[in-house]
Amino acid sequence: MSRLTLLSLQVLVAVVCIALWQGLATVSIFGRILLPPFFFSNPVDVGGQIVNWFSTGIIWKHLLITLWESILAFVIGSLGGVAIGFWFARQPRVAAVFDPYVKMANALPRVVLAPIFTLWLGLGIWSKVALGVTLVFFIVFFNVYQGVREVSATLRDNGRMLGMNERQLMRHVYWPSALSWMFSSLHTSVGFAVVGAVVGEYLGSAAGLGYLIQQAEGVFDVAGVFAGMFVLSAFVILIDIGVTLVERRLLVWRPAAADGRG
Amino acid sequence: MQAGDAAEAAVVLEDATVAFRLAGARVYTAVEKARLKVAQGEFVAIVGPTGCGKSTLLNLAAGLLRPASGTVRIFDAPLTGLNRQAGYLFQADALFPWKTAIDNVAIGLEVAGVGRGEALVRARKWLDTVGLGAFAGRYPHMLSGGQRKRIGLAQVLIRDPKILLMDEPFGPLDAQTRQIMGNLLLELWTADRKAVLFVTHDLEEAIALADRVVIMSAGPGARIIGDWRVPLPRPRDIFEVRLDQKFHSLHREIWGVLKEQVLKGYAQSADG
Repeated sequence: MSRLTLLSLQVLVAVVCIALWQGLATVSIFGRILLPPFFFSNPVDVGGQIVNWFSTGIIWKHLLITLWESILAFVIGSLGGVAIGFWFARQPRVAAVFDPYVKMANALPRVVLAPIFTLWLGLGIWSKVALGVTLVFFIVFFNVYQGVREVSATLRDNGRMLGMNERQLMRHVYWPSALSWMFSSLHTSVGFAVVGAVVGEYLGSAAGLGYLIQQAEGVFDVAGVFAGMFVLSAFVILIDIGVTLVERRLLVWRPAAADGRG
Repeated sequence: MQAGDAAEAAVVLEDATVAFRLAGARVYTAVEKARLKVAQGEFVAIVGPTGCGKSTLLNLAAGLLRPASGTVRIFDAPLTGLNRQAGYLFQADALFPWKTAIDNVAIGLEVAGVGRGEALVRARKWLDTVGLGAFAGRYPHMLSGGQRKRIGLAQVLIRDPKILLMDEPFGPLDAQTRQIMGNLLLELWTADRKAVLFVTHDLEEAIALADRVVIMSAGPGARIIGDWRVPLPRPRDIFEVRLDQKFHSLHREIWGVLKEQVLKGYAQSADG
């Protein structure tokens, strides 16, 4: 399939869906409207809301807040995950002692922590960052832990035979291996940083995309809820494209077969 | 059994025994009382059936393994810790996948404190020597198996080790590439005659390359059961040396001993 055909088919799917939505929400069939506007709104209203947000500029503040929370959650969670993952992998005894607690903490659905974080950290950005951190941390932690432990014995021995001391082994063998595992989970961890931020906002905040959606929902403004969802998806897709670009730069040494994405 | 007194020996194994602890407190003796002497500048090939502990001998000489009993001496000093005078070419791919070809070659110098600029200059020379000057910027996954082995060879030799340990280095390569690599190895070795301990399961390769061929018995408790001097003149060409009458008679003689061990090793591995 050529690029052009593919693109037009992809656009066609969107056009058909939106047209169906608009039709079913406004035209009555046999005296009934299948998608009552109160519950489903309609594309024109949703589009109008989005345009309104951007033209008045209200949305930027919320987008920036969500973006900032996501970045902070990602950076702090990743740093923590790398540090602890590295430490555990190099100190099997420490890992063995903490193992049940790590599993327990990871088994906990993180959303239930949101009220506690709000209690501790207030309604500002930090309670959202904290929620995102708990999500990002474990992904990065497990990947780095695995990455360091699964460095092949041959690579380690080769490093030693080439004269590396323990510090140089860290730098030239363990560290790149751990980082490559971390980067391979970049999409997931960035995605979870956004999830943490938005869910946190949704559960209690004064700004952000999650707040916007929650506010609209509170006044039964279905158009606002859908508009918020669309903006959020576009936002996540843009971030994901950014991650892909970063990944291409950082993982040039990886065989292309390992990369499922086009 | 062999000439050369202890003072000039690069590697001496004296009754070295290696045992591994298995599950359930059982002990597996991989190598039993191995005696081996590699003189300076000597090329020794070790041949034996699959799984007989040939690599174990190399790991002993490298200091990656400690003998349960017996000693390992390197240039007449007992080996404690890693053997800093040895370069080791592993059987498996051992290049760092996140480093380019030239960085892989330069790393041995860099960790020894050579400045990056100089290390890269010398690495480039080595890449040229192994015929891969044009591939300096490639990552290992972009290179063929033979090219990776060449990089591996450069990576080890750039540090100018006094002893070269090679564990079936050309094992995974196709027959033609193996012969080309063999000739390259001989060419490089002739330049400064390091002591070489070369493990292979290919008897022809062993005779074609080495000064001496050492045969190991099938494991467990593998021992060294034969030691032949290769009477072929140097410089050799791997392609042509196989046509030599002396090559054939030596091959027949060693194979007579090796065959039994190979069958034994095969029977054991078939038993599971």
